[in-house]
Amino acid sequence: MGRKGRRMPEGSSSVYANVLQQFRKGDLDAFETLFREHQRPVYGWILRIVRNAAAAEDLTVETFWRIHRAHERFQPELPFGPWARRIATRVALDWLRAQRPEVELTAEMTRALPSASVGDPGIAAEIRRKTALAFARLPPSLRAAAVLAVVEEQPHREIAAALGITVAAVKLRVFRAMRLLRKDLEKQGITP
Amino acid sequence: MNHDDRINQLLRQALPPVEANAESERDLWPVVLRRLDEDAAAARRATPQSVPWFDWALLGGLVVFAVSFPATIPVFLYYL
Repeated sequence: MGRKGRRMPEGSSSVYANVLQQFRKGDLDAFETLFREHQRPVYGWILRIVRNAAAAEDLTVETFWRIHRAHERFQPELPFGPWARRIATRVALDWLRAQRPEVELTAEMTRALPSASVGDPGIAAEIRRKTALAFARLPPSLRAAAVLAVVEEQPHREIAAALGITVAAVKLRVFRAMRLLRKDLEKQGITP
Repeated sequence: MNHDDRINQLLRQALPPVEANAESERDLWPVVLRRLDEDAAAARRATPQSVPWFDWALLGGLVVFAVSFPATIPVFLYYL
């Protein structure tokens, strides 16, 4: 199996439409083309949710495996990216649910990620650690919504599409996540 | 700064945003291909090998013959 698949910009071109049609029929070259095109955004999306680079790679593979298995259900008239993102979100949430938050996540959450900025030295490392720990204790569905909305500042509409819920439900999840986070921090002696 | 802004800031400091162009350090396509191959191999193992129709026809013919001429059964057994 070679590398016949090529990257191409997702657009309304007939070539891209043909790739989507071929993918639906199970063509491996078309699948590789879509993989090359969407690997980076899918990986980045998963990384934002799970905040663990090694796990994000494994989950990207899992996502594309599920995408390949579901190729017959793909509707070529709809864009591939949001569909892939929905599957990636489900994969990431499954992974979060399988983790023990206190042990597994906090160290990875705060280091060894390609972060856009380093933490403010004005905020003590201990407070950051406790915040990350409290965040890791939140239910996965709330965590995903909160990290995407508050930390990654993704549009609510995109988060809603990826989670398969309404924009109002996203806002509610973020609100609940922040309320639970505040309560947890207060229990730890931090008053935000 | 109100409580919501403060807790949002705390969260952003605890979990710095991921770079916009974050990318996997390795090519994951070979891993995906291997996974697909393993999947296909597992499916092949799980599927029972089908018996050709000719074998079933031959077996049926033998059964009919044995029922019609039971005296020939010891002869068949002798030559097996």
